[in-house]
Amino acid sequence: MSNQNTKRNVGLVVLVIIVVAAIAGGYSYFVNAGNTGTTRSATETTSAVTSNQAVSILGAGATFPAPLIQKWTVEYNTLYPWVTINYNPIGSGGGIQQITQKTVDFGASDAPLSDAQLSNATGLVLMPETLGGVAITYALQSYGISNNTVINFTGDVLAQIYMGKITQWNDPAILALNPNLQLPKATITAVHRSDGSGTTYAFTDYLSAVNPDWKSTVGRSTSVTWPVDKTGTGIGAKGNAGVAGTVANTPGSIGYVDVIYAAGKSLGIGAVKNTAGNYVVPDLQTIANAAASATGTPDPKDLRLHIVNAAGAQSYPIATYTYILIYKEMSNQPSMSRSKAEALAKFLWWAIHDGQKYAPDLIYAPLPQNIVSADEQLLTSLTCQGQTVITQ
Amino acid sequence: MQRDILSRRAGKKARRPELFWILLSVAAVVILIITAINLYALINGSTASIRYFGPGFLVGTDWVPNPPEGPPILGALPAIYGSMVTTLIALLLAVPISLGVALFQAELSPRRLRAPSIFLIELLAAVPSVVYGLWGLYVLVPFMRDYVNTQLKTWLGFLPLFNGSTNGLGMLTAGVILAIMIIPYGSSVMREVIAVVPRSQREGSLALGATRWEMIRTSVIPYARTGIIAAVVLAMGRAIGETMAVTMVIGNVARISPSLFLPAETIPSVIANEFTEVAGNDLYLSALFELGLILFAIAFLMNLAGRILITRLQFKRGSDRVA
Repeated sequence: MSNQNTKRNVGLVVLVIIVVAAIAGGYSYFVNAGNTGTTRSATETTSAVTSNQAVSILGAGATFPAPLIQKWTVEYNTLYPWVTINYNPIGSGGGIQQITQKTVDFGASDAPLSDAQLSNATGLVLMPETLGGVAITYALQSYGISNNTVINFTGDVLAQIYMGKITQWNDPAILALNPNLQLPKATITAVHRSDGSGTTYAFTDYLSAVNPDWKSTVGRSTSVTWPVDKTGTGIGAKGNAGVAGTVANTPGSIGYVDVIYAAGKSLGIGAVKNTAGNYVVPDLQTIANAAASATGTPDPKDLRLHIVNAAGAQSYPIATYTYILIYKEMSNQPSMSRSKAEALAKFLWWAIHDGQKYAPDLIYAPLPQNIVSADEQLLTSLTCQGQTVITQ
Repeated sequence: MQRDILSRRAGKKARRPELFWILLSVAAVVILIITAINLYALINGSTASIRYFGPGFLVGTDWVPNPPEGPPILGALPAIYGSMVTTLIALLLAVPISLGVALFQAELSPRRLRAPSIFLIELLAAVPSVVYGLWGLYVLVPFMRDYVNTQLKTWLGFLPLFNGSTNGLGMLTAGVILAIMIIPYGSSVMREVIAVVPRSQREGSLALGATRWEMIRTSVIPYARTGIIAAVVLAMGRAIGETMAVTMVIGNVARISPSLFLPAETIPSVIANEFTEVAGNDLYLSALFELGLILFAIAFLMNLAGRILITRLQFKRGSDRVA
């Protein structure tokens, strides 16, 4: 009997020891993984990247640039196999939250941060890494208007549709812009994002820029309260794919999505009147035109830029930059070792130069030169424990 | 030899309960701790919102998290209303079907059909809710718009419930998809409780000349009713907390409308939609926590009501027997 007990006790003790050892081992592994970089860089001057020490970088944020950022992480890893970058597309708000709480190495956001958001995260800087456009989409096939037919819109008409003031497709205001089209007498179902989104920010930023009523009653934000909802003809859908799917499935509906989500055959894409008075459809060139219309190198200390309703004969008016969020003093992020900081800065440097060539395939417009130089100034001004991270 | 085994058995017996007792207590305490942490996090998170909005949050109908200027104006009533209505629709549709399925499987089904039908129904429970959402958006929504809603409007359009324009996205569609999702939960529990109705009950009833249907109606269902109600409570808890599928088909609009065709929102859909974008707006974040707390309270009250009903019925059955 006592023999049995001893056996059992021994077994239990062994089990406990194994568990404790596993926990301790795992803990020390993670703690040391963070520390070795710091101790090394303190004693050695060689950088992590040149010494090929394995570095793992974690980012999170906006879904809109996710296909491009993920392409970058893969390409960069084949070039520099010791640098592993993981990007988690959890949404702009999530990205802002995580970088504010310093649980990731970099964040990403479609909407420029407000002053209040920046004051929550002292020392956070924004670096535009790519730009995209917001397409106006519609489904009128069941009313005899094919998806290849381009319907013209103005910002004012769009604002009135989303305010519930224009409710029918054959409203005189829309007919006046489309004299050649037989628009049906059908109710407009206005589809918008139900989740917070940088796309919504760009769209409402544009509506605020062109319609003072919109600006004072609704405003611009990643999530707004849509006046059209009060009339019962507004619909919220989750994600770009949700809006695209809902528009495609709802005859007589209109919606706004990131350009790449409108690229399929199931949706019509509208043209929007720009400041020069031309009706422009969103594509790589017209979005790039919008970015190029702003000249001069912006101040790298604050790269929150608005390119909606940009000047230029062929500029698409609903375009927006999307941003990488990092701390200017990179060691503000507690797990940021000197080697990691350098790897991250070099990755971003690569992304705004060589990385831009991957953008057009995924329907992102490459950064214009003035923004690249502003980004360069920003990246060279980054510090880690007070020392410059990269110089070139 | 015999003695040895006995003494070893005795040794085991003397020891096992002790260790076993500790393990069980740990499990029980862990559940308490998890619930406590949950509740603490919800209350802690919603303090700012409760202080700022007060009880008005429960009856407020506006949801303006980011007004052009000034602090947010937030009211939870549309979300509470949407949650209640969609859950009610789901239960109205799912409870009769679940009961039918359970009775079929437990009483009527040929032996060969029984296992496959149970497997198929339980397979419904294994489908991820986002898949239901996709199916809902691409298949159910057009179907509801083109057939169900239009017919309801034609025949019952005089009722405010079935009035108004319909594009397929709304409370009715959400209720239907929830019903499909909760049927396996309801029917498996109901099947189990029906299966344990004693043979003597059925035999007695049949011996008195009852038909099969009368036997089910007079002896099986009354005997199993507390278990059936427990199944309904379980299904209700599942329906009111469902997030993803509902979010994809309900239309996500903060509005209280009598028509079931119109878009609305539920508490989980609001939290799922808006949680990722609340950085830098503490009051908004806190309000979402308060919504979570409200959902917790609703679920708690519903469970409590179910428990009370079950106890009442058990008591009633006891007194029936005495009489």
